[in-house]
Amino acid sequence: MMEKMIFGRYIPVDSPLHKMDPRAKLLTIIIFIAVVFLADNTLTYGLLAIFTLAAIWLSNIPIKFLFNGLKFLFWIILFTFFLHIFFTKEGDLLYKFGFIEIYQGGLRQGIFISLRFFFLLLVTSLLTLTTTPIEITDGIESLLKPLKKVGFPVHELSLMISIALRFIPTLMDETDKIMKAQMARGVDFSEGTIKQRAKAVVPLLIPLFINAFKRAEELATAMEARGYRGGEGRTKYRLLKWGMIDNIAILTLFILTILLLLLR
Amino acid sequence: MFLAKSVRLAFVFRGEMKSMAKEIVRFQDVTFKYDENASYALNGVNFSVYEGEWLAIVGHNGSGKSTIAKLMNGLIFPDSGSIYVNGKEISEETVWDVRDLVGMVFQNPDNQFVGTTVQDDVAFGLENHGIPREEMVKRVHDSLAKVKMDQFLNQEPHHLSGGQKQRVAIASVLALRPAIIILDEATSMLDPRGRSEVLGTVRELKNLNNLTIISITHDLEEAVKADRLIVMNRGTVYAEGTPADIFLMDEKLVELGLDIPFTQKLIKKFKENGYHIPDEILHEDKLVDYLCKLLQKI
Amino acid sequence: MQIVTKDLEYVYQKGTPFEKRALFHINVTIPSHSYTAVIGHTGSGKSTLLQHLNGLLQPTGGEIRIGDLTVTSEKKGKGLKGIRQKVGIVFQFPEHQLFEETVEKDICFGPMNFGATEEEARQQAKTALKLVGLSEELLNKSPFDLSGGQMRRVAIAGVLAMNPDILVLDEPTAGLDPRGRTEIMEMFYQLYQEKGISIVLVTHSMEEASKYADSIIIMHKGTVYKKGTPKEIFSSPAELIDLGLDVPESVRFQLKLEDKIGKEIAEPSLSIDELVENIFAYIKRVNEK
Repeated sequence: MMEKMIFGRYIPVDSPLHKMDPRAKLLTIIIFIAVVFLADNTLTYGLLAIFTLAAIWLSNIPIKFLFNGLKFLFWIILFTFFLHIFFTKEGDLLYKFGFIEIYQGGLRQGIFISLRFFFLLLVTSLLTLTTTPIEITDGIESLLKPLKKVGFPVHELSLMISIALRFIPTLMDETDKIMKAQMARGVDFSEGTIKQRAKAVVPLLIPLFINAFKRAEELATAMEARGYRGGEGRTKYRLLKWGMIDNIAILTLFILTILLLLLR
Repeated sequence: MFLAKSVRLAFVFRGEMKSMAKEIVRFQDVTFKYDENASYALNGVNFSVYEGEWLAIVGHNGSGKSTIAKLMNGLIFPDSGSIYVNGKEISEETVWDVRDLVGMVFQNPDNQFVGTTVQDDVAFGLENHGIPREEMVKRVHDSLAKVKMDQFLNQEPHHLSGGQKQRVAIASVLALRPAIIILDEATSMLDPRGRSEVLGTVRELKNLNNLTIISITHDLEEAVKADRLIVMNRGTVYAEGTPADIFLMDEKLVELGLDIPFTQKLIKKFKENGYHIPDEILHEDKLVDYLCKLLQKI
Repeated sequence: MQIVTKDLEYVYQKGTPFEKRALFHINVTIPSHSYTAVIGHTGSGKSTLLQHLNGLLQPTGGEIRIGDLTVTSEKKGKGLKGIRQKVGIVFQFPEHQLFEETVEKDICFGPMNFGATEEEARQQAKTALKLVGLSEELLNKSPFDLSGGQMRRVAIAGVLAMNPDILVLDEPTAGLDPRGRTEIMEMFYQLYQEKGISIVLVTHSMEEASKYADSIIIMHKGTVYKKGTPKEIFSSPAELIDLGLDVPESVRFQLKLEDKIGKEIAEPSLSIDELVENIFAYIKRVNEK
């Protein structure tokens, strides 16, 4: 189940979207999230659909793969859809069965809201699919840089995120190991009442925390030994490159916004 | 008996070394406790390290050898006594200069990998030192090439073997151009292949860059290849000398929780069986040569 | 109790793009009261095999019979929990699994999971602590206040307290100093001899394998490359060296010497004593001619 989920996973292929500057991608998404709410008729929703499809096409990620991976989220969309169909009572009555009444306005609203949700999901998952977590971190750090002046710990935050990202697989491995060691000592993680299961987690969590603290301490020592003394005076190895493609992306979004404003 | 002899030899040896090479690290009456109530981790430790040598510090777990490593890099400070690196005493003021000179490779390959990829990890130390980017790129590539990890620039740590991670750690240290590299049990968590990978790399680098290597270990096969050995026991320097001197201690080493290298065990067995092997034969290759001549003569 | 695998096969993340085959057609038998060493590189599949021995992993093909219980890809087998009591696994760096407030509670954890009463468990904890060579005074201490070597022993005691018939050891001496290493290995050997249990030892050390095991399994790229007694395994040392594996020091040294003189001295010697004996015997033989 976990293996098939693609939300939050990076797919290393070559594509124009992969080549984009993470800052441009982050900006594009922020603007997109805002302008999605401008659409209110078939034409504007059509524009959003074209934009989304174009983005998917440019990402080189097979559409089937994308949809399969997002399958579990479709239930949420379906739920929103029915919520609107049953509870929005506007326009002509289309269908009536017992206490169920479906109105034209409800159907329309249901479709539009679901589509909006759907577009947002697709575009945001494109970000994580085409950008490595560390690039996203770099992008966020760079975009937040102005906040440094008001004392916001931008460097510390981004270092924290990047170390967390680096240690996720290590800690996953460790969880697996400790789980197996405790299973070998008779712990059953998959059976029993909720109370029993909660109790079974203790022999997993305590060693995990103790080891994590030990790791943190050793890592801090290793960082200090390599001359880490805070963000002051540090240079940066990872380079973000703003290119033509990023200009085009921002321009496209600008045009999209104007069109949406004109056509709504 | 053996001890007295080896210590005497050590002094002679030190005298020779002094005239040949510059002293680069000195421990003078160093005492250290981790905790008020704990026993001494180090108690009155004196020794010197000379430029360009490979010094192995051996001892059982808890003998104080890892404390020495941490003191040498100013990660902890002595309770009394002084430590000099390149003539400068380590103190709160000089600690960052000292760290520029002394690079450390630690035991756990995972817990010293800071970057998300191989090249980011090597760059981390350079970023800390404010090295300009073009220079960083050059040094990252150079040092990774030296440890033969330049094919793995964008690899993430969880896809690397323990030996590969330790080689990246060495590259990270190397990029900072230190004069001394301390290996703090850097091979103890590796499999035999990883171990020989790492030691081979260090040996090559030492010869190439005139580095001083201090390896802290309980692996006597690693120690036998060093220029000089210090044996630690319960927080004190128990003996000091060339591998030849130290391995004359024989059973004494086992009592100290250590072992005797294979070649020495074999020589001993021959002696027990009434066959005397000349004292100057220490290394396996020499012993093979000697036995070969012996066997061909008959 | 005996363990037999028949065409055992294991694939990680089966049915996904990340599918990875770790074991191919493994046929091995671990007889009752035996000492088996499993040797191979990191990634040779030995850890995967080991996790099948008490049903932590379920084969994706073939079967494994653990005592009376058969586990296949379809059938997980009832009584798997009982099997975990009979087959105890000491994982690498077992001190990482300690979690209780006191040494006693931690050792009692396993036995109590398998239905022992508190009284029984305490008794077993005492016995187990003695077996690993620690004093009873430690029972009420926190395991986290102990030295690294002591923590390792407490963790091993936690597995021994379950009274397993088969003890599976995954590099139990990793990171220990030479004395700690010898002590722990001798302790396991004593258990094997006195308590009649079986031992499966996963190790990188050919010295340990040739000294203690009565049979050796060599894993390579997910298959059993070779199995046999230490004598059989090390009879063709060059082959093992080609695989990038070590051979015992005495074997390696003998090989080097034989290469140099261009003649065979004797069968490969598995210990220093044997090596010296063989060299003397060779000298004697040549002199007689």
